[in-house]
Amino acid sequence: MTATEQTLTSAASPSGASPLTAQQLSRASRVGITTASVLIGLGINAVLGEVRWGWVAVIAAPTFVLLTYVASRIVEGQRRAVDRVAAATATIAFLVVMLPLISVLWTVISEGASRLDGTFLTGDLRLTPEDLMAQRDGVAAGGAYHAMMGTLIITGLAAAIAVPLGLFTAIYLVEYGKGRLARAITTMVDVMTGIPSIVAGLFAYALFILIFGPGSRTGIAGGVALSVLMTPVVVRSAEEMLKLVPNELREASYALGVPKWKTIVKVVLPTAIAGILTGVTLAIARVIGETAPLLIAAGVAQSANYNPFDGRMTSLPVFTYYQYVQPGIPTEAGVARAWAAALVLVIIVAVLFTVARVLAWILKPAGLR
Amino acid sequence: MSSSTITRATVTRRGDRVFSGLSRGAGIAILVILASVATFLFVEGRAGIFGDTEEMSGSDSFLGYVGPLVFGTVFAAALALLFAAPLAVAVALYISHYAPRRLAQTLGYIIDLLAAIPSVVFGIWGITVLAPLLTDDIYPWLNANLDFIPFFSGTVSTSGRSMLTAGMVLAVMILPIVTAISREVFLQTPRLHEEASLALGATRWEMIRQAVIPYGRSGVISGAMLGLGRALGETMAVAIILSPSDGYFWSVLTNQNSNTIASNIALKFPEAYGLDVNRLIATGLVLFAITFVVNALARRIANAGFSGADG
Repeated sequence: MTATEQTLTSAASPSGASPLTAQQLSRASRVGITTASVLIGLGINAVLGEVRWGWVAVIAAPTFVLLTYVASRIVEGQRRAVDRVAAATATIAFLVVMLPLISVLWTVISEGASRLDGTFLTGDLRLTPEDLMAQRDGVAAGGAYHAMMGTLIITGLAAAIAVPLGLFTAIYLVEYGKGRLARAITTMVDVMTGIPSIVAGLFAYALFILIFGPGSRTGIAGGVALSVLMTPVVVRSAEEMLKLVPNELREASYALGVPKWKTIVKVVLPTAIAGILTGVTLAIARVIGETAPLLIAAGVAQSANYNPFDGRMTSLPVFTYYQYVQPGIPTEAGVARAWAAALVLVIIVAVLFTVARVLAWILKPAGLR
Repeated sequence: MSSSTITRATVTRRGDRVFSGLSRGAGIAILVILASVATFLFVEGRAGIFGDTEEMSGSDSFLGYVGPLVFGTVFAAALALLFAAPLAVAVALYISHYAPRRLAQTLGYIIDLLAAIPSVVFGIWGITVLAPLLTDDIYPWLNANLDFIPFFSGTVSTSGRSMLTAGMVLAVMILPIVTAISREVFLQTPRLHEEASLALGATRWEMIRQAVIPYGRSGVISGAMLGLGRALGETMAVAIILSPSDGYFWSVLTNQNSNTIASNIALKFPEAYGLDVNRLIATGLVLFAITFVVNALARRIANAGFSGADG
């Protein structure tokens, strides 16, 4: 693989390496370079004042790249040195991207865990004077039960609209659709994927003020807004999964005299069910954290509303937003509730992600596993 | 005998007809929904565009109202893309060509997890964790040493509610989609191209430059465009972080920033009434049009690129 001129020169080199391998940076020297760059980072920090790990990393990373280049240039030559710099840069880029993920998760867990208690899970924001007094003394009060119910109802409505719609569209595109209509639908699903979430919210608002009167904000409007965002995701994933079903299965079914619709229901869908359910779960995970459309279409309320057709309905993301920007008095109480709600949201999303993976694994037919 | 065959045939056909009708209906419903999104926004937004500006807060022409918002939207999204695109390509290369094979799938999964974190969570993280971090040293340093560049001039925001913070949080949010698409196309590089390059003695990086990048270029560009579309429509993170003002502002460090369309709607809609509501809906229509164009461009680039690679 590396049998180039370098190999030939290194064969003649005094190190006495095998003629088939070029001289390489030893493991020890790579460890040395890493240690040296961290030490340089620490040293510069110490000279400039206090040691802060963020700045140590900021200095150590480019130092590492530079030292690797110099060392590799001396031992292995120009081309291998560039190769090592590219590898180091890609690795560092990956670590840099991990930072915000770890930081977000750490912050949400450490800030949110303190208020994730019984009061939070069962109470709402209709605070009694006693609650307000207690809150002022730093006692936990108020909860997000109403917001959790709202999220459950709104997301449920969205799924009830988007899943059948998306699934049947996917069936049409894969099993029936040929020609102009199918092409138009494919393009429009692409366009729908790109609709900004707030535009979906405005659409649902504009639609439902025609039905419920101006200024109305309802759970169903929120559900419709989310279903606009969810449908294209369901179509895309279901389409991919249906395309994976081998044509031999369909042909075998037709050969036995089974009508087309029964073939789809009894043969095609069961074969693809794992992938479809995974896709649906991921689509729910995608929309359950949507804030902007619900802010517009469903509004905010202080207590539970189980009727999606009448009155405003708070959801967890909207609750998080309002508790953060309008925390009330004292500020800490509202902000703590916001973080707790954020933690609940992240837990829900993580659970949905895990469920999707487990479903995909369990339901996959043995033939495709 | 023959009559029973005929009845059976009709029964079968009825089931088929119902089922194909249902699926075709679902497909048509998608077209109807999309058409009605545009129609309803236009019907409700029309009064906001052509209506009497005297009745709206901050009496101004619609173009004068939406102009700074469009500027802010594009500016924030462009900043986000500036940070996200190079990182995303590097990370995609790391996952597809550098990471241990067994780890690669898990790493991709972790990046996807980043995409699933709700935007409101990114928003409050950005303002409580990232903004103080940046305002401590980095912003004052940029302002002190580089203020001859218009972007870094002005009075540094002490709260960090500036365009640069918003752009960075948006970058984190669009990274997963750009990474995912780049990774997909990098993985699709024909194995023979890679092996041919390596067999000629190329190092791994030379192989990537000769085989992977040329093959994946159009895919990366279309992924970046899709990321841009995502950033244009992103609402809550900007609404929580940015401190908005009216007008056009090039500086990215100050408390005076052009708001984005989406964030402006989120901030004003809950309290808006009368013609203001219509005008906000009209700005939503403008946002829809912008993202539509960007996404259409992304698709065109992707399609043109792939057919070119085949030929």
